[in-house]
Amino acid sequence: MLDSMQEILEKIEKSGKPFWEVVLDTDIEERQVTREQSWAKMRTAWRAMLDAEATYRSDRRSVSGLVGGDGQKMRIYTVSGKALSGDFISEVISIALCTGESNACMRKIVAAPTAGACGVLPAVLIPLSRRDVPESELVQALYVSAGIGAVIGYKACIAGASGGCQAEIGTASAMAAGALTALRGGSPAQIGNAVAMALKNLLGLICDPVAGLVEVPCVKRNVIGAVNAVSCADMALAGIESRVPVDQVIDCMGDVGRRMPVEFRETALGGLAATPFGQEIKEQMQSRRN
Amino acid sequence: MLDIFDILGPIMVGPSSSHTAGAVRIGNMARTLLGGDVRTAHILLHGSFAETGQGHGTDRALIAGLLGMKPDDLNIPHSFELAQEAGMTFDFGEVQLREAHPNTAVLDVADGQGHRLRMQASSTGGGRIRVDKLDDIEVGFTGAFNTLIVHSQDISGELAEVSRELSRGRVNIANMNLYRSRRGGDVLMVIETDQVVPPVVRELIEELPGVVRLTYYQKEAD
Repeated sequence: MLDSMQEILEKIEKSGKPFWEVVLDTDIEERQVTREQSWAKMRTAWRAMLDAEATYRSDRRSVSGLVGGDGQKMRIYTVSGKALSGDFISEVISIALCTGESNACMRKIVAAPTAGACGVLPAVLIPLSRRDVPESELVQALYVSAGIGAVIGYKACIAGASGGCQAEIGTASAMAAGALTALRGGSPAQIGNAVAMALKNLLGLICDPVAGLVEVPCVKRNVIGAVNAVSCADMALAGIESRVPVDQVIDCMGDVGRRMPVEFRETALGGLAATPFGQEIKEQMQSRRN
Repeated sequence: MLDIFDILGPIMVGPSSSHTAGAVRIGNMARTLLGGDVRTAHILLHGSFAETGQGHGTDRALIAGLLGMKPDDLNIPHSFELAQEAGMTFDFGEVQLREAHPNTAVLDVADGQGHRLRMQASSTGGGRIRVDKLDDIEVGFTGAFNTLIVHSQDISGELAEVSRELSRGRVNIANMNLYRSRRGGDVLMVIETDQVVPPVVRELIEELPGVVRLTYYQKEAD
């Protein structure tokens, strides 16, 4: 059981093991599996992430027709070298879009922590795999992210219906920020700071899917989750600290989620879902149902 | 309780763990508990499943599960066509249930050989499911364990007999529940186990006096 970031940091201190290995040990104990079985399962998840991006096709469209093709536009723009955000970040953006679109188009993805937020982790990790970071280190980074997600799931929530988009994209972003910080050699405390900053930056984000579908604005919110993760990892690695301790930030996210009006928790009754455009799409989908 | 692969997972066909992956698992559970190929299926959708199910492919996911697919099967979007090829007929309707989870489906399935099953199940988040009713008896199990479902007559000592066979087969019971419609009527035992229940143990239980029928759901492999 990983019930707080503090607990993970204490276990790291006591055992002298790195963050990822503490999470791996917990998995071995909880699911009664061998080290090799746990590792193989995590590697399968990593390869499925790679696969989702590699099999992306720009001609696929979602059920409503609103999603598809944007990942390809961003890929082309990235290759053009004109991106304001530079090579690395524009690649992050394009992978977040491709993976999010693949999910909306009923392709195979890895929920991380949810299907709607599936683009965030691959978006920050795949560009590193293309820059010669070995697979073993990327799988280790996934353990770090899973440990962070498990703590947030335990202390707060990871479902849009429970806590809004901050619980889905916010959590994914915190997981990705921690994973990146670990990959770049950050200390356990720096990982905690990256998690805290990433979650704080997306605090209060509502879940307002148009027509209740995991399409608009979900796909593009994967981009803010991923880019936020990169900037928070960089801040943490630069030595910048979160003033509010990480476990308090996580508790706060859970509290904000509980107090969030039900209209902003995946019910498609508020936010962008309630705009005239959102209503129009909802009516179109309903007329197809009858 | 969430494990780290509930956080990084499931590996699934999108777009929604609750509306798509969970729906596949519900269909698969109904197929398993029916104990054979599904020939006819009448499916009623409640709450959010009815409201946004079509856009999330919930309908196709349920049929995919009835065909025996798992949540990561890329054929899920094509399940209607595959069902037609397999000779399965199905229809969908909407229902408003009292006190049901927003993501609930009621499935009435038959195998064309006299077996029929009515199952109400909900998708509770992250692709996890819960079976709420079996043939109108209220139950509550999730498929997170290997699950043995024993229909028996309401006679004393029946539960002890069943658990003795499991113990002899070195199968450890994780959770166990007993449901009955009325005293002296039919009894439903739902037994969740840590280990796989070997076929020989299942046969021994099936041969016990008083046991009417046994079905078994083996949890998804890693």
